[in-house]
Amino acid sequence: MSEAPVLPLHMRRDGFDPVPELSALREGEGVRRVTTPLGLEAWLVTRFADVREVLGDSERFSNVLHRAVRVPGMEGYTEEELARLRAGNMLACDPPEHTRLRRMLTPEFTVRRMRALEPRVRRIVADHLDAMERGGPPADLVSAFALPVPSLVICELLGVPHTDRGDFQRRTSRMLDLSLSFQERTQAQRESREYMAGLVARAAADPGDDLLGMLVREHGDDLSADELAGIGSLLLLAGHETTANMLALGTLALLRHPVQMALLRKEPERIEAAVEELLRWLSIVHSGAFKVTTTDVEIAGVRIPEGEAVVCVLPAANRDPGLVPDPDRLDITRGGLGHVAFGHGVHHCLGAPLARMELRIAFPALLERFPGLRETGRAPEFRSFHIVYGLNSLEVAW
Amino acid sequence: MVTLRVRADRDVCIGAGMCVLTAEEVFDQDDEGVVVVLMPEPGAGRAEAVGRAVAACPSGALSLEGDQPPVR
Ligand code: HEM
Ligand code: SF4
Repeated sequence: MSEAPVLPLHMRRDGFDPVPELSALREGEGVRRVTTPLGLEAWLVTRFADVREVLGDSERFSNVLHRAVRVPGMEGYTEEELARLRAGNMLACDPPEHTRLRRMLTPEFTVRRMRALEPRVRRIVADHLDAMERGGPPADLVSAFALPVPSLVICELLGVPHTDRGDFQRRTSRMLDLSLSFQERTQAQRESREYMAGLVARAAADPGDDLLGMLVREHGDDLSADELAGIGSLLLLAGHETTANMLALGTLALLRHPVQMALLRKEPERIEAAVEELLRWLSIVHSGAFKVTTTDVEIAGVRIPEGEAVVCVLPAANRDPGLVPDPDRLDITRGGLGHVAFGHGVHHCLGAPLARMELRIAFPALLERFPGLRETGRAPEFRSFHIVYGLNSLEVAW
Repeated sequence: MVTLRVRADRDVCIGAGMCVLTAEEVFDQDDEGVVVVLMPEPGAGRAEAVGRAVAACPSGALSLEGDQPPVR
């Protein structure tokens, strides 16, 4: 592709905020058909209640996009290749297929399991803060803390050697970068699956106590090698890109809201509510997976025919005055769980209990370690073209 | 007054644990991650928290019978 890529409307932001055009769409007609720069026609859904309705209804809004919609760039691939690339990807299937995969994984992500992991996460956080303190100031918060902490956590949980992180971080980042062509992203996805297939084969020969070992041991007969590689690949990607960007962007948000920061420093017990508010206000996942209508539907009074792509704009929904009053204000004292930053419905984030636990540990530890934490003069670099919003770098001093 | 009863459809639950986070005395997850109602009649004192748990549940597995607390 030679033209400069254009950012799809649902991903456009001014710093932390969805662009005014998205708020206007939510306050106006609510639903609009757009041509995304990826060449795909899709309906944007922006209001909180409508987004919940769409995400909560997997019968009328299917995640099996490919059946009805051709994504430009897909032509060069055979059905078989595409099916292999989808195997094990929970976000690309509907119940009952989705239920089958998800049921195998939920036991690993219960609130109780997460509590058992806490001491290890505290240790990982403290080690990275030690290293950051030794090496600075200044330090790049992204590469010194925000990225390596969740990355190491998901590696240990899955059973992925952390020494491979340079390679897989580059790959996952490419998979999510919409400024690259479909072919380039697919290539990264294929490499990620090949890498994961190697780890799965190793786990099959000698299953350890980690998640890959558990899947092989307990579900090895029900899952194909492609599915196992797909599950591992999705978890590795979802497990570190998201939490990493919440940590970096969340820290910047607090630094830019000194009153909120001071309140959290003074009353650290507010951390749970603060994390929920940061999740809502930042909504780092711009949209859930694209959906396709399985029948004619009506959303916000607008008729959408069968077989059309639908995109739920999570940042717009989370800034809906129908969810909280004065929604554009960051206010860590509200902190309800009702937001859609983790999605809603059957695809609601599997890793939410893990992400919450990591964030509830990492933010306070960072603030406690560096009472004078501040931005340096160098402007942080926002990362616009990624499916997960965030920062490429954030230079801090203390 | 009707007593408040919570019901959970274990076939619908996706194990997200939002209910456990919201009202820990009322809900738990079994080894499979599926919701277990510890307190089917949680009483008026917990009605608000239970109402929030029902609203927060992403899968729609939870429902209330009886006097409904205001949701959210
Ligand atoms: C703050 C961090 C995170 C955010 C904001 C986030 C957000 C989301 C959202 C919005 C969805 C729904 C997508 C849709 O409906 O199409 C989702 C799904 C998912 N997330 Fe997360 N996530 C986070 C952390 C994690 C972590 C740490 C893991 C892994 C361990 C994870 C694993 C997954 C998986 C596997 C799915 C697909 C679930 C399914 O299809 O049933 N996420 N996440
Ligand atoms: S919140 Fe809903 S989906 Fe999650 S564990 Fe509780 S009942 Fe199940």
